Amino acid sequence: MEALGVTLTIFALAVLLGFEVISKVPPTLHTPLMSGSNAISGITIVGALVAAGHGSTVTSTVLGFAAIVFAMINVVGGFLVTHRMLRMFRRKDNP
Amino acid sequence: MRLGLVNLAYLLGAVLFVVGLKGMSRPRTAVWANALGAIGMLVAIVATLFLSGIVQWWVIVLGLLVGSIAGTVLAVYVRMTAMPQMVGLLNGFGGGASLLVGAEALFHPETFSTQMLVATAASGLIGAITFWGSLVAFAKLQEVVIGGNPVLLPGRHVLNALLAVACLALAVWLVLDPTNPAMYWLLALAASLLGIGLVIPIGGADMPVVVSLLNSYSGMAACATGFVIQNNMLIIAGSLVGAAGLILTNIMCKAMNRSLANVVFAGVGGDAAGGPKADDVYAGKIKSTSAEEIAMLLEGARRVVFVPGYGMAVSQAQHAVRALAAMIEKTGAVVEFAVHPVAGRMPGHMNVLLAEADVPYDQLKDMDEINPTFQQTDVVIVIGANDVVNPLARTDPSSPIAGMPILDVDKAKTVIMIKRSLSPGFAGIPNPLFALDNTLMYFSDGRKAIQAIVTAMKEAA
Repeated sequence: MEALGVTLTIFALAVLLGFEVISKVPPTLHTPLMSGSNAISGITIVGALVAAGHGSTVTSTVLGFAAIVFAMINVVGGFLVTHRMLRMFRRKDNP
Repeated sequence: MRLGLVNLAYLLGAVLFVVGLKGMSRPRTAVWANALGAIGMLVAIVATLFLSGIVQWWVIVLGLLVGSIAGTVLAVYVRMTAMPQMVGLLNGFGGGASLLVGAEALFHPETFSTQMLVATAASGLIGAITFWGSLVAFAKLQEVVIGGNPVLLPGRHVLNALLAVACLALAVWLVLDPTNPAMYWLLALAASLLGIGLVIPIGGADMPVVVSLLNSYSGMAACATGFVIQNNMLIIAGSLVGAAGLILTNIMCKAMNRSLANVVFAGVGGDAAGGPKADDVYAGKIKSTSAEEIAMLLEGARRVVFVPGYGMAVSQAQHAVRALAAMIEKTGAVVEFAVHPVAGRMPGHMNVLLAEADVPYDQLKDMDEINPTFQQTDVVIVIGANDVVNPLARTDPSSPIAGMPILDVDKAKTVIMIKRSLSPGFAGIPNPLFALDNTLMYFSDGRKAIQAIVTAMKEAA
């Protein structure tokens, strides 16, 4: 029960931190923010690695493998496509 | 010792995520910020591989390879105009991963506790809604299988409510009796249907809200998964993304003067609502123009503003628009772009397209900044936008877009509307702007129209 208290504290603080950090993003960057944060939500890869690594049964290995593939598409696709977009943004005086 | 080091690495990863997201708020730092986020992810992945109990290396290496290759191919080959569906699809994969990790966790009875089981149910529930909701959003944006218009099933509210109740009941059942994995898959099935049912009635122009909401869900799913495997890294990163998605969702709703509930449940769009009839609004008042006339107007203009909308994306006109803008600037005029927050199909859609065409971002102005300047603007060129420049939003309280903040282009000296026909926009209502004295209609495909104006300007010069 004590562990749950700590976890919930971390959760609440992280949500508040998220609102503080992200509240002011100019409209120009709305899409990259979305795809970049989307890549970060691929952090489920950590859970997927643990799941696949255990490998207690065939079913659980298959589930873990599929989870790794899904999360990795999210991570790699997300960061790369964000990078592609952000590289296009430039200022007028800096061609 | 080893676990301690892994946890320190997770802390480093979480810090990199926070710093990365912070840096996303300025164009100058954003490229680096994104790279920092990617490094944070790499740190988290490598650290996880050092956890004890990970034995099946070939599964992991193969999975990482397959996912990385697929992700790279998607990211490298997607066209900028297809970015909304790409973001939607990637969201879905994140949700799907949470669903699968939750399923696998049920194979380890030694970890069961009430808290863990509640989290597993949440992981499966949110993961499945995100996965299927995102796939439907993808299909709508790509216009495969289903079109972009809302699909309104009779009794859909009752159906969705029943599905939601079923989801909750199955979740409770799963927590009480976790030994039966079939219960998890039943829960996933109900949540999948709910995900489809929630997104399928929502029409094209409301997609910016849906895409950012699903983005938030994918974060919440990751967060729930963090509670399943007791991993703070997932909880922190998932919360950050959940918050980011909610902020964007809120900005999009405000830009349409609608509540989130109205966007999600009303199924707006498609067919005409009440209000004035198109024939009454337009009868005898429409003036159509030619590329030559527009070229002449532009020659004499000192200040020109482009207003892009979804139509610019559809006709792939962004490069032509950029060429025309450069040409007008050569005559000494000031050229700016007015971007409405919900123009297009995702937050910031127009900004990405114009950036692709090499338009500098400081030339793109948001609504609050550009609206006071329309009175001093000689020519406004509206390309592929409709509802976001409809003055009815200001004047007709019964209109479906009443109170929506719009771009006040009608205050400019001349407004040029580039449009294929007089057909209504997404809201299904006529636009009195077309009938104003200072409005000229140029009926054509967006890109062809801009190219014709470029040619006409060249010939005149």
